[in-house]
Amino acid sequence: MSGKLELDPVTVRKARSLARKAGRPIVTLAKKHTTVAVERATLRLAGLEGADPDGSPWVNLLADAVRADVGLEHGVSLPVWDALLRGEADDLSMLAQKAAAGSVRFRLPEGKDATRASSASRRQVATGVRRIDARRKERDRMIKRVGDAPQKPWIYLIVATGDIYEDIPQAQQAAREGADVIAVIRSTGQSLLDYVPEGATREGFAGTYATQENFRLMRAALDESSKELGRYVRLTNYASGLCMPEIAALAGMERLDMMLNDSMYGILFRDINPIRTFVDQRFSRQVHARAGIIINTGEDNYLTTDDAVDAAHTVTTSQLLNEYFAKEAGLEDWQLGLGHAFEINPDIPDSFRLELAHAMLARDLFPNAPLKWMPPTRHMTGDVFKGYLLDGFFNLVGALTGQGILLVGMMTEAVVTPWLSDRDLALQNVRYVMNAAGNLHEDFRPAPDGFIANRARQVLAETIDLLEQIVHDSDSAGDPPLLAAIADGTFGLMKRPADAGRGLEGVAKKSSAYYNPASEILEEK
Amino acid sequence: MSTVIRPYGDTTGDGMVQLSFTLPMAHSKVAEGAAAQLANKMGMDPALVVHAKPMGPDFTFFVVYGRVHHLVDPSKVEVVERDYPLLTPKEVNATVKSTLRRRLVVVGGCIGTDAHTVGIDAILNIKGFAGEKGLEYYRELKVVNLGAQVSVPQLVDRARAEKADAVLVSQVVTQRDAHLLNTREMSAAFRESYPADRRPLLVVGGPRFDESMADELGVDRVFARGTTPGEVASFIVHRIVSGKAS
Repeated sequence: MSGKLELDPVTVRKARSLARKAGRPIVTLAKKHTTVAVERATLRLAGLEGADPDGSPWVNLLADAVRADVGLEHGVSLPVWDALLRGEADDLSMLAQKAAAGSVRFRLPEGKDATRASSASRRQVATGVRRIDARRKERDRMIKRVGDAPQKPWIYLIVATGDIYEDIPQAQQAAREGADVIAVIRSTGQSLLDYVPEGATREGFAGTYATQENFRLMRAALDESSKELGRYVRLTNYASGLCMPEIAALAGMERLDMMLNDSMYGILFRDINPIRTFVDQRFSRQVHARAGIIINTGEDNYLTTDDAVDAAHTVTTSQLLNEYFAKEAGLEDWQLGLGHAFEINPDIPDSFRLELAHAMLARDLFPNAPLKWMPPTRHMTGDVFKGYLLDGFFNLVGALTGQGILLVGMMTEAVVTPWLSDRDLALQNVRYVMNAAGNLHEDFRPAPDGFIANRARQVLAETIDLLEQIVHDSDSAGDPPLLAAIADGTFGLMKRPADAGRGLEGVAKKSSAYYNPASEILEEK
Repeated sequence: MSTVIRPYGDTTGDGMVQLSFTLPMAHSKVAEGAAAQLANKMGMDPALVVHAKPMGPDFTFFVVYGRVHHLVDPSKVEVVERDYPLLTPKEVNATVKSTLRRRLVVVGGCIGTDAHTVGIDAILNIKGFAGEKGLEYYRELKVVNLGAQVSVPQLVDRARAEKADAVLVSQVVTQRDAHLLNTREMSAAFRESYPADRRPLLVVGGPRFDESMADELGVDRVFARGTTPGEVASFIVHRIVSGKAS
C-alpha cells in the first residue's frame, strides 16, 4: 500500500540526505563523549544490581567513587576491573559497597594491567549482552508458541496507577479486553531523576516508577496473559530522561518489547542537556537494536505544543532525524515506531483531509516502519460525545493509512483517568472502524493533484526547508548545526543551548584511554 | 422573578435525563433490574434501561433514560468565583507585553530537602500538566527553574539576580510539617531581603497545602492539588499587572 501519494523520489532522497547531513556531526560528537548514565548502564550489564539502605543504587555509588578518583573521561570499566583484579573485592557488588564506604582507591591501569582489566570487563559485560540475546530468543519462541497479535494495527492501551500491584490486574484486564500492547506510564518526574529507583514500587505520581523489579513483575504477568489469550501481549515503558541507557539495558534484560525513545524529546520538553541526550540515546538505541525492541518516537509532543497544521512539517523533520539516528545505532525498519498524532483543531475546514494527508505522508515516507498513531488530546473537551466521534475519525485515518501501533483514544481524555466503561467503549470504536473500513485502503487512492496529495507535498517541501535551515545553522561555539538549531529555538519555542540543561555535569569527553566493553560488543554486530 | 425549571428532553417540563454507569455484576435480567433500581433511587421515575452490555464476565454497562421530578431554581444557585480571570497563554503574553513592556520573570524551585520536582515541573516545564503547557511555553514569561533541594538563601539570591517578578515554590514532602516550616522560612527571608513594595510575588503549591493558608504562611497565594499552569500564569499576571503584590 506504499506510494499512494506518488511522492517525487528525488525529493524524498533529498529529505533523507539532509537528515543525514544534520545527524552525522551529532553522531561524531556522541562517539567522542560518554556520560554517567552510559557508564552505569555498562555496570548494570555486568550484573551489578541493588541499592544501599538509603535507596542509592550501587551502580551510582560505584560510578561516583570511580569518577572522584580518576574522572569520568576514561570510562569506569578499566578502573573498576583493575580494582577487582588487584583483589580489592571478590565481586562487583562488594566492590561497590567498599567504594561507597571510601575504602577503595581507583586508578587508571596502564600497559598489561589495562589489557587485563579490559578483557575482564568485556567478559563480564558480555554476560549481560548474552542475557539480552537470550531474552530476545525467548520472545521469538513465545510468539511462535502462543501466537502473535492477530491484526494490525496493534491495540495499545495505557495503565498508570502508581502501584505496580494495582497495575498488574489492570494490565491483565486490558489485555483480556483486546490490548496487544500495554504501556505502563512512568511517574511524573522520573525522567529527571539521575538514578533508577530500586525494587517493586507502590507509590508514584500519575504513573509507576520504571524499575527492574517492576519490569520483571509486569512482564511475568503479561506472559501469563499471553498464554491465557493465545497471543503475545507486548509491554512498553520509557527509555527517556537522565537514565535512558540504564533503562534500555534493564528493558533488554527483562524482555520489554517496545520503548518510548525519542531523539530530541528530553532536550526540548525536559530541558536535558543536548549532548547528554544524544550520547545516552545512541547507546540506548544500540541496546534496543540488540534486544529486538521496537522504539516509539515522540513526535506527537510537537503537536501538543504547537499548531498541528502549521507545525506538521516539524513532525516529518523529527521523524527523518529519528530514522537517521535509529538506523545509525543499528535499529531496523521494523523497529521504528515513528510517532505522529491526530491533533488538528476539528473546527477548521477540511481538518480530516489534512489529518489524512499528514498520516499518508508518514506512511509513504516510511513504508516499512510500523508507525505509532496517537489519538486526539488537545481538542478533547468535557464533551465526551464529540470526543467519541473524533476518536472514530482518528481510527478511520489509522485504518486508511496502515498504522502499526494505535494508541486507543478515550472519550474521557481530559476528564477522568479512563473508567472500565471508557476503555470498553473505546475498543468498540476501534473494532467497529476496523471491521467496517479496515480494508478501505485497497479502494482509496487520493487524486494525484487533489487536496490530500498537494497538502502532503507541501508539508514535505516545508520539511526540506526546515532541514536546509538546520544544516546551515551555526553558533559562535562552532557546534554542529543541529545543536546550534536546537540552541536558537528552531524547534518550537524552546531554546536549548549545548552548554546548558540538566545532566550536563554527567557528560565527559572521552580520553585516549577510554574503554567501554558494552559499546565495543554492541558495535560489533 | 425566579422561574423554576426542569430538564428538557423534547417537551417543556418533561424532566427527561440520561445516565450511564457500570455495575460490577454479570449481565442478566437481574442486572438490568438492578440498573433500573439504581436509577429509581436516584430519582428517575420511570427509568428506562435502554442499553445493557456485558464487559467481561463481571461487569455490565448501562444507559438509562428517564424522568426526574426535581425542580431547579437558578435564583438559588450559589457559585464561588475565582478572584482573577483565567487567561489563555496568548492573553497572558499580550497582557505582559502591553503592561510590563518586558518579559515577566518567574523563578521556581523546591526548597529544603524536598527532592520532588513533580509539582514545580508540572507548572514550569513546557510539557505541562493536565493538557496545559507549562509556563516555559509562554513567550513573555522568562522561567528560571532551579530544580530540587534549593536552599532559601540560594532562592533569594537567584530571585534578586534575575529580578524576579514572581517566585514559585513547590513542596511535596510533609513529614513533621516540613512544607509549612519551609514556606514560612522562605517568606520571612524574602520579607527581610526586600523592601515591602519591591518584594516579588510569592506563590507556593503542593498536594497537602490548604489554599486558605496564604496569610498565615506569609505568601501571596497557595495552590493545592490539581492546579494547572494556566491558573498559575493567570494569577501571576493578574496580581502583577494590577499592582497588588502586597
